[in-house]
Amino acid sequence: MSNLRAIYIIWYRDLLRFWRDKARLFSSFVMPFLFLVIFGTGLSASMLLLGRGTEEAGYNYIQFLFPGIVGMIVLFTAVMWGVSIVWDREFGFLKEILVAPISRAAVAMGKTLGGATIATVQGTVMLVFAPFVGVSLSVSQVLLLIVLMFVFACSITAMGILIASRIKTMEAFQVVMQLLLFPLFFLSPARFPVQNLPSWLGTLVRINPVSYGIDSFRQSILEPTSANFGINLFGHPMSIAEDILLVALFGLVMVLLAVWSFSTQE
Amino acid sequence: MKRHIIEVENLVKRFGDLVAVDDISFNVEEGEIFGFLGPNGAGKTTTINVLCTLFKPTSGRARLAGFDVVRQQNQVRRSIGLVFQDPSLDLRLNALQNLNFHAYVYGVPRAVRKKRIEEVLRMVELWDRRREEVRNFSGGMRRRLEIARGLLHYPKVLFLDEPTLGLDPQTRHHIWDYILHLRKRESITIFLTTHYMDEAGVADRIAIIDYGKIVALDTPDALKRMIGGDIITLKTENAEAAMAEIRHQFGIEAQKDSQGVFFEVPNGEEFIPLLVNNFKTDLHSISMRRPTLDDVFLKLTGREIREEAGGEAAMRRQWAMYQARDHRGRFG
Repeated sequence: MSNLRAIYIIWYRDLLRFWRDKARLFSSFVMPFLFLVIFGTGLSASMLLLGRGTEEAGYNYIQFLFPGIVGMIVLFTAVMWGVSIVWDREFGFLKEILVAPISRAAVAMGKTLGGATIATVQGTVMLVFAPFVGVSLSVSQVLLLIVLMFVFACSITAMGILIASRIKTMEAFQVVMQLLLFPLFFLSPARFPVQNLPSWLGTLVRINPVSYGIDSFRQSILEPTSANFGINLFGHPMSIAEDILLVALFGLVMVLLAVWSFSTQE
Repeated sequence: MKRHIIEVENLVKRFGDLVAVDDISFNVEEGEIFGFLGPNGAGKTTTINVLCTLFKPTSGRARLAGFDVVRQQNQVRRSIGLVFQDPSLDLRLNALQNLNFHAYVYGVPRAVRKKRIEEVLRMVELWDRRREEVRNFSGGMRRRLEIARGLLHYPKVLFLDEPTLGLDPQTRHHIWDYILHLRKRESITIFLTTHYMDEAGVADRIAIIDYGKIVALDTPDALKRMIGGDIITLKTENAEAAMAEIRHQFGIEAQKDSQGVFFEVPNGEEFIPLLVNNFKTDLHSISMRRPTLDDVFLKLTGREIREEAGGEAAMRRQWAMYQARDHRGRFG
């Protein structure tokens, strides 16, 4: 009971801080938006020029890209939430949390849920742009996406928190994040279909847990013909449920590691 | 005989090769103000960190409110309030939000949460600014808010680790008013560390700690009585001659430092006329003062606490401690 209360207040504090920081709230949309509008529009045009767009599937490149960009904002927000722990350490607030009569598991859980909620909110806001790229979403699609984004965000936030729990300085965290975040993003189907990739790249994409999250977003946004873009794992085309199950399993491992890492903190 | 709220037996805390706390034992009585006095790096904060369950002792035992600090962590944590040496507020939240967070993690019952928050905020005179972001607060206000927060869950023991460090004299004074006031009102035990001698004077009992060991533990008055009277300081060109003459005339071994030649006498007022009448060596000035805790520290350790506070040895020791903690980085 006391731990549930602690999880709640740690989660609530994260939301409060997020809400206070409106500048970051808006700036976090700048990059994905640029990606979508400039990169997406530019590539859409050139793909038409090459006559090799994704038109056969009934979607142009910018529509194909859209779920990837939703995935991008969730991924970036969730991973970077770990920074709040490094921040708390630097400003001393972490001590207030660590010396409280609550379990460390509650701390890790509260932080994970906080970051995941924020990342999901950001991803949901991004869905507002769907009509502008010619994608229409039904209410049930949006609800499904919110669930998928939340599961994905929990997994990724837990990973960020695991890393942050062992890193003492802001600079080190930034470096580790850059080294991790960009490979995770680039080695995912966020910006290109997995079909016809050279085998080394195809393998790396399939190892990357982020790929399955983004695949599940794409399948639920671009139904019903989207199966053409989906990931094949050992010759088996992944369904939304299978995708998110893999993400959840990865997340479970990350949460357990994050809890362990927090429990053994000084 | 009062109950012992803190019992420490043969406590040792090592960081690698460095012995930060070296086999100390002491008890703190319920309701007293207990002061830990010593230079930076003497082991004060390390002891607090063991008592508040943040560090695991290398060996020895410590009990707080009857709970073992290793095996009954949560009970210990519930029984204590902490004001850390370094700030530990969320600067992006307002005063109310900071306290609300604390009330939740310490399980302050919902029914009394609001009332208690108002009570502690009024006590530290921050009620009117409760909705202001803490980052706009001055250093003194932040400290007061931390003290309020430390009291919110009605702890049995309040730890104040250098509560006035880095504050201007006026604010320091103000903070002490709160602490003394608090002590009158609540039956709370206060455990404080400081390297300001004048602050340590408010404690009921003081432990003087140096290089991880307790070198003396008594009431401030009893500690001062160790000095054995008043301190006479002479300023002179010829310190050696003055010291020889004092030895010859009065049978007292004087010492010298940058201030001049000094020694203790049982009664300074009566001694000065004797000295003035008979002294041969040229003197620039004679001064007399009552002993302070500085003198006690000097007598016990052979060093002045203020010199040592920024001294090289202490710096090295602190640095070693910091590094050892950083490398180990964790605690099971």
